[in-house]
Amino acid sequence: MTEILFPILLVAGIGLVLGLGLAIASKVMAVPVDEKAEAITAVLPGANCGACGFSGCAGYAAALSSGKTDQTNLCAPGGTSAATEIAEILGTAPASVLPTTAVVMCMGNSANSHDKMTYKGVSSCRMATQLFGGAKECTYGCLGLGDCVDACEFDAIHICDGVARISTIACHSCKACVKACPKGLITMLPLNVTQAAVLCNNKEKGAAARKHCKAACIGCMKCVKACEHDAVKVENFLASVDPKKCIGCGKCHEVCPVGCIDLITPKG
Amino acid sequence: MNTAQVFSIILTAILTENFVLCKFLGICPFLGVSKKVDTALGMSVAVIFVMLISTAVTYPINSLLNQYDLGYLQTIVCILVIAALVQLVEIVLKKYIKSLYNALGIYLPLITTNCAVLGVVLLNFDNSYSFGLSMVNSLGAGIGFLVAMLIFAGVRSRLETADIPEGLKGLPATLIAASLTSVSFLGFSGVVDGIFG
Repeated sequence: MTEILFPILLVAGIGLVLGLGLAIASKVMAVPVDEKAEAITAVLPGANCGACGFSGCAGYAAALSSGKTDQTNLCAPGGTSAATEIAEILGTAPASVLPTTAVVMCMGNSANSHDKMTYKGVSSCRMATQLFGGAKECTYGCLGLGDCVDACEFDAIHICDGVARISTIACHSCKACVKACPKGLITMLPLNVTQAAVLCNNKEKGAAARKHCKAACIGCMKCVKACEHDAVKVENFLASVDPKKCIGCGKCHEVCPVGCIDLITPKG
Repeated sequence: MNTAQVFSIILTAILTENFVLCKFLGICPFLGVSKKVDTALGMSVAVIFVMLISTAVTYPINSLLNQYDLGYLQTIVCILVIAALVQLVEIVLKKYIKSLYNALGIYLPLITTNCAVLGVVLLNFDNSYSFGLSMVNSLGAGIGFLVAMLIFAGVRSRLETADIPEGLKGLPATLIAASLTSVSFLGFSGVVDGIFG
């Protein structure tokens, strides 16, 4: 009888001792968990998109709680509501998040810019760019192969007629598409503000730009002359609008001969 | 414990009787974390660490068991002790050596009862090595694991760009590559005996 009983008791005893030891050790050596960081993580959306510039939501929460950053309004998907709650947890003054959305600055759809070749490689803008700047005549425009569509966690981007278009309602301003676009065509614009935007990135001279895309900016300077607030500039044969000076009067939009300056009001 | 014996044991554990590629122990981490070289390295260092610690702790326990004719209990007692030990080490590291915890942290719980760790401990008993030789064999087994992981991480990075038939993509191709790597290690059989024999 003891031949069976003794080993059973021995193993059970070892298990008991080790289990108790572990339980005691985890109590004695417990590392204090950062309660502030935990609370902030709970407030954040948990999309881990990285728009704040930290490694995910937990990284941002840890940075806030340890004082590495005091900016409570870095979370674009969480918006002002998340910023207010974070400020409450930290006991600082609440700061608001200026709601923005991503916009693709290109109108080179299949009607405006034709293909110069048939691209049969990997369906990725980054790959196609390396081969003569992509299949389109305009080497500055959207290739429509959807690197930004893949990058978007929120299904906000779709390819319409060869150009990526972003739903301003679905966009969470995480800027993943901004990083993904090899042409640098995607910019962040404030929501619910009427502003002029140059929907073109072509830096070629007027004639060449015109040949490659019907909607390309030709650098004619008409918009610069029309603007009463000194908001429009032309550099490298490409117009650009200073969002701080633009009041959304739409005069540049009216005079633009190619129609690449648009008056847009992104709705959130 | 002379120098030739030590080198013979280490080389045997690394090359001719590699734990992963010849004894087929520890296949789970071998396939699981060999995608990138740096994770493979982290896992291997954690395995070496745990192998050494568990050998050091289980050796006296085994001699105690043998004293009372309970040698047949060694497997279950070793599982218990190693599992608890690794958990304990993790807690201690988290508290006192934060940098080491960050380096090994996520890999430690993965190898609580890894068969390679248990295997090296039990094989040490079977070969009736002394305490010193047991530690040497554990070190060799850990380095062997590291070598296998690093080689296979390299092979897998080549697989990423290889043109593989549709039906073999993913795990099938990985398993075939693992078997070929294992076969290639058969080429080492007899090498150690040739040097030290």
